[in-house]
Amino acid sequence: MKSLFTALGAACLALSATIALADDKPTDPQIAHIAYSAGVIDVEAAKLALSKTKNSEVAAFARSMEEDHDAVNQMALALVKKLNVTPEDNPTSQALKSAAEEKHEELVALDGAAFDKAYIDNEVAYHKQVNEALETLLIPSAQNAELKGLLETGLKLFQGHQQHAEHVAADLK
Amino acid sequence: MTAGIFNRRQVLLAGAAALAASRLAHAHNGTIHVSIEKLAFQPVEIEARVGETIEWTNKDPFAHTATVKGRWEVVIPPGKTATHVVETGDSVEYYCRFHPNMKGRITVVS
Repeated sequence: MKSLFTALGAACLALSATIALADDKPTDPQIAHIAYSAGVIDVEAAKLALSKTKNSEVAAFARSMEEDHDAVNQMALALVKKLNVTPEDNPTSQALKSAAEEKHEELVALDGAAFDKAYIDNEVAYHKQVNEALETLLIPSAQNAELKGLLETGLKLFQGHQQHAEHVAADLK
Repeated sequence: MTAGIFNRRQVLLAGAAALAASRLAHAHNGTIHVSIEKLAFQPVEIEARVGETIEWTNKDPFAHTATVKGRWEVVIPPGKTATHVVETGDSVEYYCRFHPNMKGRITVVS
């Protein structure tokens, strides 16, 4: 068990290092891609949680993640269409995706209370990382005012998610 | 125009009328409206009398709640409205259970 947590910690560190290193300002099409990918990743994690958890509070949290991230991604799709911007894949999106795939493998192997704890702990850590990236990199780099506005709404939403996840984590103890 | 042209009684009456008007602005026909937009309750703080209705209008595409932990909870689906009838002891802080960074306050006045 200890080695699993060490591995989880290492994966989290690697991800935040990747986001932090990409400090040569991303462009708007890259920012749109990063934000959208981050949402898709959390929807996928929520779907996995809903297929595995038997805890009603964890299930309610996962449903909220699925609905909110889907809704904000619909807003993002409508905006990029309006602005005629094509989201552009980039190393940060790829790092997010590969870290999420690793996490998925780890979570799939767990069940019951161990799964609930690992899922919620990761949701706290994941939202924290995404919020830091939004605050320090994505929002300051965004050129288009509407994109910046949507990212700011996204930040408020994800800060809410982080607090919600922290509440669920405290209840699981 | 100087204050001298009003006697004390007129000033008091004018004050009472102004107070009544401001109270009416809070509760129109016994309903206090709170809108929710971009993850915020607006207005954040409201005054209400027991028996009045608070109506939240959710303009976000996200589900929200008005929750007073251990007491009551109103779920406000995206694009919908939901209500709570003010009870004695409802001078409370409330929050959204799904996004606990959203906070509001109700003060019960007599």
